[in-house]
Amino acid sequence: MSPEMIWLIIRATGQTLHMVAVATVIGSLIGIPLGVFLATSGKGELFAAPITNKVLGAVVNATRSTPFIILVVAIIPFTRLVAGTSIGTNAAIVPLTIATIPFVARLIESAIREVDPGLIETARSMGASPLQIVWKVLMAEARPGITLALTLTIVSLIGYSAMVGAVGGGGLGDLGIRYGYQRFMPDVMLAVVIVLIVLVQAIQSSGDWLARRFDKRVRSR
Amino acid sequence: MNIAVNSIAASPASQTASESAATDLIRIEGVSKIFPASRNSAAVAALDGIDLTAPRGSITAIIGRSGAGKSTLIRLVNGLEKPTNGRVIVDGTDVAQLSEAKLRTIRRSIGMIFQHFNLLSSRTVFDNVALPLEIAGVSRRDIEAKVTPLLDLVGLADKRSRYPAELSGGQKQRVGIARALSTEPKLLLSDEATSALDPETTQSVLDLLARINRELGLTILLITHEMEVVKGIADNVAVIDGGRIVEAGSTFDVFSAPVHATTKVLLSGVPGMQLPDYVASRLSPTASPESATVLRIIFTGPHATDPILSQLSAELGIAVNILGGAVDEIAGKPFGTLFVSFPGDQSRVESVREFLRRQGLSTEVLGHVS
Repeated sequence: MSPEMIWLIIRATGQTLHMVAVATVIGSLIGIPLGVFLATSGKGELFAAPITNKVLGAVVNATRSTPFIILVVAIIPFTRLVAGTSIGTNAAIVPLTIATIPFVARLIESAIREVDPGLIETARSMGASPLQIVWKVLMAEARPGITLALTLTIVSLIGYSAMVGAVGGGGLGDLGIRYGYQRFMPDVMLAVVIVLIVLVQAIQSSGDWLARRFDKRVRSR
Repeated sequence: MNIAVNSIAASPASQTASESAATDLIRIEGVSKIFPASRNSAAVAALDGIDLTAPRGSITAIIGRSGAGKSTLIRLVNGLEKPTNGRVIVDGTDVAQLSEAKLRTIRRSIGMIFQHFNLLSSRTVFDNVALPLEIAGVSRRDIEAKVTPLLDLVGLADKRSRYPAELSGGQKQRVGIARALSTEPKLLLSDEATSALDPETTQSVLDLLARINRELGLTILLITHEMEVVKGIADNVAVIDGGRIVEAGSTFDVFSAPVHATTKVLLSGVPGMQLPDYVASRLSPTASPESATVLRIIFTGPHATDPILSQLSAELGIAVNILGGAVDEIAGKPFGTLFVSFPGDQSRVESVREFLRRQGLSTEVLGHVS
């Protein structure tokens, strides 16, 4: 493989990491609170707002059921509004983030729902406010689950990011398709796949390790 | 008989408290709680016309079978449940009328412990005990100063940096108790706190609760389905069944002379409360010429240790057959029951009962066996 090719792979890896990182951060900033709200706004719950809960749930489901590649092209006007352009890596971050929000929200919702409801009652009996309950009880107790949820989000985003080549987003997936497939360069394809496998392995292992460290539910000795 | 151990349960506060209603920390008046009908169930009256008081400094127990309404009842006291009707007065304030924001302040003066301990698995022992203080906005330094002595009190000073998963059930409940005490409450609510513990651990947790009651003057309201818990530490007891209080009074009175059927059923597991099976199965309500009368004799107070039966035989010339019995303690007072049978007609039975009455003992004719 030529040095130019290796340089291309490094550059594509950088683009993938850039897109995934920004989408994860912004998607989590919106998705985590949304997930917490979905988990606590049902009937009789902490922030009981059953109608809002149902509406948000439906929006989340609709976004999640839209195939990502369709989402990418469907929101091009919005992308242009936010990123100033509809092509390139920065433009690709917009649909990635939009897809991340409901994904994170649902995962966080289920992580929060794993927390024993008895703990919410206990915190209420101490005179905790709903926000204190979210912060000191729900988020703290769900930390291992939240860590695994975010790990899964990052891994899935790496997969999604392969599709943004359609709008000139670049990244490893795009490189694999354009050089490995369309230009019949199997060595490039192989290199891209190996880099992706290593990336995903590293992220999953770190996530698992972190979640285990946060999880105090099992006897550590 | 080990009077010294259990005498702590009958704290002096409970006697002074009964003199005046003003000294009741909790006064529940005419409370009903109806859970409205939902798609899959009809409306349920969990509580129906409850009146209950808990004197300041006392240990009051509410006992009942599961589904009797005791969980709902105890949750009224800190406003986790709102009554449909009635008043729930805690330290002079009707908590049923308070807004959620006001309730949050009140709840900081009411500790609560739970059957499944409800500790945060992500926090160490120290941080679990510190949680109510963090919620109340106490500074980190003051938290340290308050939590450390509490860990000493419950005997867990060496476990302060451990996580709940590393503790036994009894240790977890001790953390729960320390946590409930951290904001220096005047009232402790105990929701089946010993139900998930083995008998030995139950006893040590009860001893701790009795000590807290005595040393800190803390009023304790507990719910349980275990008679042993009531017998061990409660000054007063209320028996709840089907959302109503069917019997209430001092633990000793209720236990030594249970009136309501539910109370009797709940007491049946306690030694000496039930006729041995081999007799019970042959018991008949009517006498026949050759049958013997079965009598339950209840010994209370100082008579529990008197040689009553030998006096009875000597004075009336009756051969008394002992069927079973037990000597026990309730709220620190000696209490005995004895099941006896003796042959003879109705007048003989009356003379025996009269003799025992003169000795200050109560009796109950259970039936006849042939």
